[in-house]
Amino acid sequence: MNANAVNERKEKFNRYKMLRENPEELLSPVIKPAKSYSARDRILDTVDAETFEEFTFDFPETNPLEFEGYVEKKEELREELSIHDAIIAGTCEIEGHGAVIVVMDKHFMMASMGMELGEIVCQSAEYASEHKLPLIIFTASGGARMQEGILSLMQMAKTSAVIERFKNEGGLYIAVLTHPTTGGVSASFATLGDITIAEKGALVGFAGPRVIEQTIGQKLPEGFQRAEFLEEHGFVDAVVERDEVRTTLARILKLHVN
Amino acid sequence: MKAIDRVLAARDKDRPKITDYIDNVFTDFFEQKGDMLGKEDASIYGGIALFHGKPVTVLGHRKGNDVNENVLCNFGMPGPEGYRKALRIMKQAEKFSRPIITFVDTPGAYPGLEAEMYGISQAISGNLAAMSSLKVPVITIVTGEGSSGGALGIAVANRVYMLENAVYSVLSPEGFASILWHDSARRDEAAEAMKLTATDLLEFGVIDGIISERGVGLSVVDEDSATGAYDRLFARVDKQISKALKELEGKSGDTLAKERFEKFRSFDEAFLKVDSSARLENL
Repeated sequence: MNANAVNERKEKFNRYKMLRENPEELLSPVIKPAKSYSARDRILDTVDAETFEEFTFDFPETNPLEFEGYVEKKEELREELSIHDAIIAGTCEIEGHGAVIVVMDKHFMMASMGMELGEIVCQSAEYASEHKLPLIIFTASGGARMQEGILSLMQMAKTSAVIERFKNEGGLYIAVLTHPTTGGVSASFATLGDITIAEKGALVGFAGPRVIEQTIGQKLPEGFQRAEFLEEHGFVDAVVERDEVRTTLARILKLHVN
Repeated sequence: MKAIDRVLAARDKDRPKITDYIDNVFTDFFEQKGDMLGKEDASIYGGIALFHGKPVTVLGHRKGNDVNENVLCNFGMPGPEGYRKALRIMKQAEKFSRPIITFVDTPGAYPGLEAEMYGISQAISGNLAAMSSLKVPVITIVTGEGSSGGALGIAVANRVYMLENAVYSVLSPEGFASILWHDSARRDEAAEAMKLTATDLLEFGVIDGIISERGVGLSVVDEDSATGAYDRLFARVDKQISKALKELEGKSGDTLAKERFEKFRSFDEAFLKVDSSARLENL
């Protein structure tokens, strides 16, 4: 990404931050109010003020199946959400502890995983490894990016292999599962954390509830696939309220200081 | 030939199955059941066998040959226990320096209540991670339907081949049409759009080769080609495995793991214009 684009993005982010702190100015036409909690909201709520340094990437447009409308859809969302794909990543500090933080944004095509998203997960892990930093990924996803066909499926193997290597090299990987984390993301890097925390109420599972209901021909029990269900079945270290995620992360980071 | 024809051929109940490949390409097969954690899942079939006199671990999805077997094998849709059994016997292969050969033929992992309850996501991701660093040769052949993470969960291999009429995709064409167009009836169109045939995948660089099915199923060209065609198919599968093993067997465990890692790390670098050589210098 060239310097102008980087500056432009930084400016947008600063402006967004300013607007968020002064909600009355949200009427500004530059940035629309987020429909719900966005990736940037999470960053602002999680990291120490002024510490987030966003990674910038310069990937070409990808449309391997030449799928009609796919590029246009991405362009529209980039404009609307001021993110390039369903993910932002960078370095930060959390209560003074340095980390690489990666946040997926479901407002961008349900944060489905295509090549660009998978590559950002990998490069973030590789950066964390090189700089001996813990890696924190906030997952949210509808699964594989259908529009990229088999190449999206293969991101599961790519990200899992890179995360595995990061962990084998001694890196600390904390997965924060947020609503919803499903499909190919649930069955790859989301469930490979050294430490796994789930946000209260988050739906986490491989198959979507509707597909399961159709397959088994019965209604699913209340709370099925929710964070508390995962806790009961032994697949998360902790279930945490959103407003406690930052302090929880800070404590985990503190416990890993050598 | 249309992509949907291959999808249907790949699902054909008369297509050779893992049991046929084991019977015809290997000898002295000893089946290993169970995940040793509490359950046996018959939709993954595997064990130890000899391949040209040398021990190998062989495993794959099993759909079964009749209705009773289909039910027993859950139509080739594994739950977490199946993936954990696969991992258990693959880790054992690594311990005893046996090459691993996997056969892929599944509509996907089972989307059921218990599968979720016992961690289907964790079972698949665990396999993807562990397979990426196995220190023995791993060879995968997609023989029928290679659908979704349920296929990939046993397919992180040094060499991946497909039979000519096999398909390999992010999910079924019905599912694809349903998700993107809200109309599963547009299956045929989806099959075409998804680029899921062996030729497509070879072009994408996701697989390493295609094994001809001449004389079998869809590829029956005349009476002559059909005579003894299955034996010739098994011979071609045998030859492909032999060739791959020959390429891989001289390499150290670390080299095999490193090459497999790189294969899955960089298969899409041409699309992303990522310079992997710069990345490798940093390692």
